[in-house]
Amino acid sequence: MTPEDIFTKLQPIIQVYLPEDVAVDNIHLESDLARELNINSAYFVDIVLDIEDEFDIAVANEDMERFETVKDVVTLIQSKIGSV
Amino acid sequence: MKNRVAITGLGIVAPNGVGLTEFQKALEEGTSGIRFSPELRDLNFSCQLGGEPIISEEKKHQYLTSLQLRNFKSSGILYAVIAGIDAVNDANLSHLSESEDPNWDLGIVFGTGISGVEKFREAIHRIDDKNVRRLGSTSVIQTMASGASAYLSGILGAGNMVTANSSACATGTEALLLGYERIANGQATYMLCGSTSDCGPYIWGGFDALKVTNYKHNDSPQNVPGPMSAHASGFIPGSGAGAYILENMDNAIKRGATIYAEVLGGAINNGGQKGGGSMTAPNSIAIQKCINDALKNSNVSPSDIDYINGHLTGTIKDPDEIENWTLALNRKQKDFPYINSLKGLVGHCLAASASIEIVASVLQLHNNFIFPNSHVLPLHPKISALIDPAKIPTKKKTIPLKTIIKASFGFGDVNACVIFRKI
Repeated sequence: MTPEDIFTKLQPIIQVYLPEDVAVDNIHLESDLARELNINSAYFVDIVLDIEDEFDIAVANEDMERFETVKDVVTLIQSKIGSV
Repeated sequence: MKNRVAITGLGIVAPNGVGLTEFQKALEEGTSGIRFSPELRDLNFSCQLGGEPIISEEKKHQYLTSLQLRNFKSSGILYAVIAGIDAVNDANLSHLSESEDPNWDLGIVFGTGISGVEKFREAIHRIDDKNVRRLGSTSVIQTMASGASAYLSGILGAGNMVTANSSACATGTEALLLGYERIANGQATYMLCGSTSDCGPYIWGGFDALKVTNYKHNDSPQNVPGPMSAHASGFIPGSGAGAYILENMDNAIKRGATIYAEVLGGAINNGGQKGGGSMTAPNSIAIQKCINDALKNSNVSPSDIDYINGHLTGTIKDPDEIENWTLALNRKQKDFPYINSLKGLVGHCLAASASIEIVASVLQLHNNFIFPNSHVLPLHPKISALIDPAKIPTKKKTIPLKTIIKASFGFGDVNACVIFRKI
């Protein structure tokens, strides 16, 4: 799966957790989840569960330590499933 | 010098009506919200009837966001949010939530017996399956006892004391009195108070096992003998939430608020599980003392009381409660006030019972009517020996009301009593 494919599947997952005043087109690779997209960091655990279900991977606690931008999340997913 | 306190808003989620209009109509027409539950039958409950408010998916989305509703399994919090927001809107205070800053003048006391039982069940199963990481981010806030009050304070921006009280069936009355005290002492201007209780087998199961529910009418939910009847043999478990806005009287008058009633005062006490009292049965002397203290604290004499909203559950305890009222008020036969119990129409809503019943009481006071007692005939002989049956309306009664009293008695031998007056 290419990073672009991953991003396409990831976008609707992240969209669920956007606060009401942030539009979905704000989600870019470089977007900072907490500081730019204003996602409450409490929801990061839910995003991880949704990612695990969607991509059939297992995310460890250590993996979540570098969870700041959308690109971080794509990289993480990529490392778990291997890229095409 | 204590501030006077008014009730300026009401909200209700009840098995026989959601929202004030629907609820008041149900009261006037004596409509029951008690229904058969196939789920309880399939789980081998003795009592397969329950009182559950009817709330559509569409309605849920009017009060909670899609994100909040994701993995949301706490009916009690949903009921509390609907009733609480409705009360704020009813009091014409919806502008408070638009402020950038917390409302330091608005506090919340919203009680419950237990929160989010369905969510907790899900969590317990996952933990036992060694899958704790699947609990998700809202397991804690949905199941903590203060969950309802916390969800409400986030929606309303409440910045004064925000907490949950808990005193079994007296929770709603106690919540009101705690809010009343805070305003009377000058520590808040507005207090959103109330209580809530989840629906479903996990909340109701313990009462089924305790054999205090009625298992004889699973085939006829519309004919369950009501409180004070000779055939009363157990209550039907219910659920829902009642909410009220308490407000500093001067503030209410200044802003031209609709004042449903003044809270004159009340009392809370406990029977210490002595003198016949136990975890599940009341100490009669303590009940009478609670009623008398409420009258004293309100500067009201027993003869001023026009109407009683009783605790009256539809169990063998009902005649004792009537006797306690006659002794506490020193009024009997034709001199006894009018009395009814909502539990015949909505079941015993447990931690939400007092708050739902308080909303019913204030609506009756404000609109000068008394709702009918459901399936109360034939009356229990011990009761008809104490008070005139004409004081137990079986049809809606239209009558001017000025001063009314509400009492709740709960497991743990807890008693709470409040007095309202129309001003």
